[in-house]
Amino acid sequence: MNIQKNWWKFLAIILLLYTVIMGFLGEVPAREILNETIRNLYFHVPMWFGMMTLLFISVVYGIRYLSSGKTDDDIIAREAAHAGVAMGILGLITGSLWARYTWGTWWTQDTKLNGAAITMLIYFAYFVLRGSVEDEQKKARLSAVYSIFAFVMMVVFILILPRMEDSLHPGNGGNPGFNKYDLDSKMRMVFYPAVLGWILLGVWILNVRVRITRIEEQILNDYSGMKDQIL
Amino acid sequence: MERRQKHTLNSLILYLVSTVFVCKLCFRSVPEPGSWNALFWIIMLFSAINAAGKSFVQDSRSRFIYLYSVASPQAIILAKVIYNMLLMLLLTGIGFLVYIILLGSNPVQNMPLFIVNALLGSIGFSAVLTTMSAISSRTNNSFTLMAVLSFPLILPLLMTLIKISKNAIDGLDTTISYKYLLVLVGINVISGVLSYLLFPYLWKD
Repeated sequence: MNIQKNWWKFLAIILLLYTVIMGFLGEVPAREILNETIRNLYFHVPMWFGMMTLLFISVVYGIRYLSSGKTDDDIIAREAAHAGVAMGILGLITGSLWARYTWGTWWTQDTKLNGAAITMLIYFAYFVLRGSVEDEQKKARLSAVYSIFAFVMMVVFILILPRMEDSLHPGNGGNPGFNKYDLDSKMRMVFYPAVLGWILLGVWILNVRVRITRIEEQILNDYSGMKDQIL
Repeated sequence: MERRQKHTLNSLILYLVSTVFVCKLCFRSVPEPGSWNALFWIIMLFSAINAAGKSFVQDSRSRFIYLYSVASPQAIILAKVIYNMLLMLLLTGIGFLVYIILLGSNPVQNMPLFIVNALLGSIGFSAVLTTMSAISSRTNNSFTLMAVLSFPLILPLLMTLIKISKNAIDGLDTTISYKYLLVLVGINVISGVLSYLLFPYLWKD
């Protein structure tokens, strides 16, 4: 393995090891209600950072596909959406667990939770759309258009609407955000590396998946080429 | 450019009226303003999806080729969005009238706000749904896909609409709703611009 080229993968491993060890063993401030669940901060919140990064990559490659028409851009856009949704689901699960122990329920009516759920719905619809078109070029074009449209609407939804309504979530409606005083410097030392580590892991997953897909395409092409030669 | 068959419009109106009627039969009594409002917008959402869903799906192959050769994609999307907007305004108007008559009362206290809200809402509905209709018309199972694609995208719009019309029903002063109206205009502008920019990619086949 070429260290100069793959340094970020080692960085991801080191950061995540650090996150897991410090996340479970490190000191955390004792807060009412939150208690030890505050450790979830290192896992739940970075999931959303990771998801947004991956979905953003997906949209960027969607736009690139529309202007270039290269299949490779479409593969990256699709796999980034896959990886992003996987992180989103993990984010939902960790968030739901956290909510169970702090708010006493798995799910509440909350704009941020709804935003997350809608994001998932949008990207499931994206996969359904991909599944229902057969022509490769057309599939790539339609889904690129949809993902650009959807991403913008999603950003509107999760950035603007929550600001207008009260919410149980930290940072809304009189609840303190974590960055104000809840998060002391010790937690910061773990939180920022955790965010970076999870984002890097997401990009790594994307990288592996894209390479697998490229090999699959390659095999398919070779195979059909061989068939042509034999027949 | 848009000459629509009359029976389409009639069937849409009938759809709307019968949905309202079903709701009336289910509720029996006049619902309280909160659910009155939610119900009204849900009915409008379904009618809108039905109406806009037809804008591309119904076009036949030959008509598509004809339009393709005579007009630029930008002109077509503008025409379709404007047509759908007018259609939705008409539907909202009729829907509102039928709704008041059948459910028996009109709880809206701030009527101008409600009308502005409905106007902005139909622009937004039309911009989003027309584009989604264009996407889904290119696929195999277009009708299901239309709903699946549109619902999550229309939700931000719908929630803002419901919020404003709740304010209108409660008779709150218009100034309170300014920031929501601003969001609504913002969503409309964004979705309009996106449809305009992205449609050419959908149009070439």
